[in-house]
Amino acid sequence: MADDVTISARHVIKAFGQGAAAVRALDDVSVDIRRSEFFTLLGPSGCGKTTLLRLIAGFEMPTGGEILLDGADISTLPPNKRPVNTVFQSYALFPHLTVAQNVAFGLQMLGKPAAEVKATTERMLALVKLEAMAGRKTAQLSGGQQQRVALARALAPQPKVLLLDEPLSALDLKLRKEMQIELKRLQLETGITFVFVTHDQEEALTMSDRIAVMSAGKVQQVGTARDIYIHPRNRFVASFIGETNFLTGTAEDGALRLGTGERIEMPGLRASPGPTTAIVRPEQLRLGKTADGGLQARVVSLVYFGTDTHCHLHLADGTELVARLQSPASGEAGLSRGDSVGIRFAEGAVQQVED
Amino acid sequence: MAERSFHVARLPGFATMAVAVFVALYLPIFTLVAYSFNASNSMAVWGGFSLDWYAKAWANEQVKDATVRSLVIACFAAVISTAVATMAALGTTRRRAFKGQTFIYVMINQPLMVPEIVTAVALMILFGLVKTVTGIHGLGYLVLAHAAFCVPFAYLPIRARLEGMDLTLETAAADLYATPWATFRRVTLPLLAPGMVAGAMLAFVISLDDVVITEFVKSGGQDTLPTYMLGQLRRQLTPEINAVSTMLLAVTVVLLTTFFLLTRKKD
Ligand SMILES: Nc1ncnc2c1ncn2[C@@H]1O[C@H](COP(=O)(O)OP(=O)(O)OP(=O)(O)O)[C@@H](O)[C@H]1O
Ligand SMILES: [Mg+2]
Repeated sequence: MADDVTISARHVIKAFGQGAAAVRALDDVSVDIRRSEFFTLLGPSGCGKTTLLRLIAGFEMPTGGEILLDGADISTLPPNKRPVNTVFQSYALFPHLTVAQNVAFGLQMLGKPAAEVKATTERMLALVKLEAMAGRKTAQLSGGQQQRVALARALAPQPKVLLLDEPLSALDLKLRKEMQIELKRLQLETGITFVFVTHDQEEALTMSDRIAVMSAGKVQQVGTARDIYIHPRNRFVASFIGETNFLTGTAEDGALRLGTGERIEMPGLRASPGPTTAIVRPEQLRLGKTADGGLQARVVSLVYFGTDTHCHLHLADGTELVARLQSPASGEAGLSRGDSVGIRFAEGAVQQVED
Repeated sequence: MAERSFHVARLPGFATMAVAVFVALYLPIFTLVAYSFNASNSMAVWGGFSLDWYAKAWANEQVKDATVRSLVIACFAAVISTAVATMAALGTTRRRAFKGQTFIYVMINQPLMVPEIVTAVALMILFGLVKTVTGIHGLGYLVLAHAAFCVPFAYLPIRARLEGMDLTLETAAADLYATPWATFRRVTLPLLAPGMVAGAMLAFVISLDDVVITEFVKSGGQDTLPTYMLGQLRRQLTPEINAVSTMLLAVTVVLLTTFFLLTRKKD
């Protein structure tokens, strides 16, 4: 296991500022990034994603903890001594150089022979399909093309790890979708470890091998997209990834007792004092007639989304729930505002989460 | 919204005022240029078009001598002050804000604020001392004096260029294995070059037309074009001075136009 870890952050702390005004951008972050994986840092603005990336690249030094690359501590190496390259959000292409010169820059700085620089540059330009643009100045390129140059430039020295800080956020939706596929292809073709930063959860879910969900300088959960969606560890992860219904109540043996007095079967739950939080995804709700049992609820509104219809429900104590129903089904069910319904849940869909 | 906002151009009399200002600024210069082509010997009477004064000035050994000296001093002063200003600009912008930043900024721009005559007298006294102690004479004193008061002029466009420069470019170079020196050579310097050229040109022009400091610092036989002209005016007024002035003006206009083209914001 330790063998296939490329980057390992251990108890990394990064504080900005001094004394009382100090901000902990990273607060004891430990994560292992495996070789050749597409690893994503996902979290809301200000949670420390960029800071972690800058620490791996060497643009900042950690206040505490260490960063290992293939088992060796690189925490104190300057960026030019780390076999790690970055694709900057602003691309940071050198405006005084041509596309080809930009791509060749890293290779030249590594002191590669001219023939190799030329050959690799050409290969990289072909990889991002920009052979025709080799002689242009970067200012004459479109946003998407600049993005490709930035990628080719960072990939050319064949780094052990490629860091990408929200590389797609400046692109329009259509181009972003294309580049997502492109990035995934490049990662598979080159076999280089990608560490990708985004605050777009859909981007994270569709592209990543594994995701680290971050919040307030801490890693909340690391896992595959499925892991994180299906088994979120805490309230933050559950609400940040996808839509979620929260149910609060008291834990009894094998069930959760809600404020309305109703019980939801939750095998494995142990009785405990104090409130317990459980989640259930909107697509896991099944609506039936009140007479058929289940949680008693009232339909507050129906919102049509094409293939889906979102049905907003109120429980007797005012708790709000959303059910996502397939549109034809809701049509057949003949639901309308004000109807009383009984809610059932798919098996295992209701799960306890930490607060 | 735009209709209602205050705009100075809509004040009554704005156009008249503007015209008056432009006339005051440019009428003397036009007169000077026009009279440099005057065939008459007098500064006041128009005697028809002629290039005689240009020919006279061209043949005048003293004018030639002073011109060459002016150009040599201006070249050296421009190069030295640009080098110093580049370092000063790098030192003051390429870091987080620090204590005493404003103080250093003021220090660098000191020649802009201290009355020139004060600097001139001070330099004369200091250089006088140095000359007696070391016995070294020569153009070096003028070059040094010019380089010193040209620094703030060279500093401003370089600093402006640096401040407009994306710092991530240097970060990107470091990320791509460039050592700090290589980053400077391959990224910072080429991007700074237009600012440095602009700074050098401004310094060149400022040096070229300096009178006060040169007049105090120069030794005998070290006339520059402006101090030569000043000396001439004390004796006799001939349109030859107009011709020399017009040539100086032409050089300045060319250099300043280039300066503005270089520092112009690209959109
Ligand atoms: N150089 C700095 N000086 C002071 N505080 C900083 C600095 N860089 C980052 N911070 C702070 O550290 C915290 C984390 O910032 P970071 O840029 O890592 O967030 P992020 O997750 O990348 O956010 P975003 O999605 O907005 O890019 C923020 O509170 C930020 O204000
Ligand atoms: Mg960021």
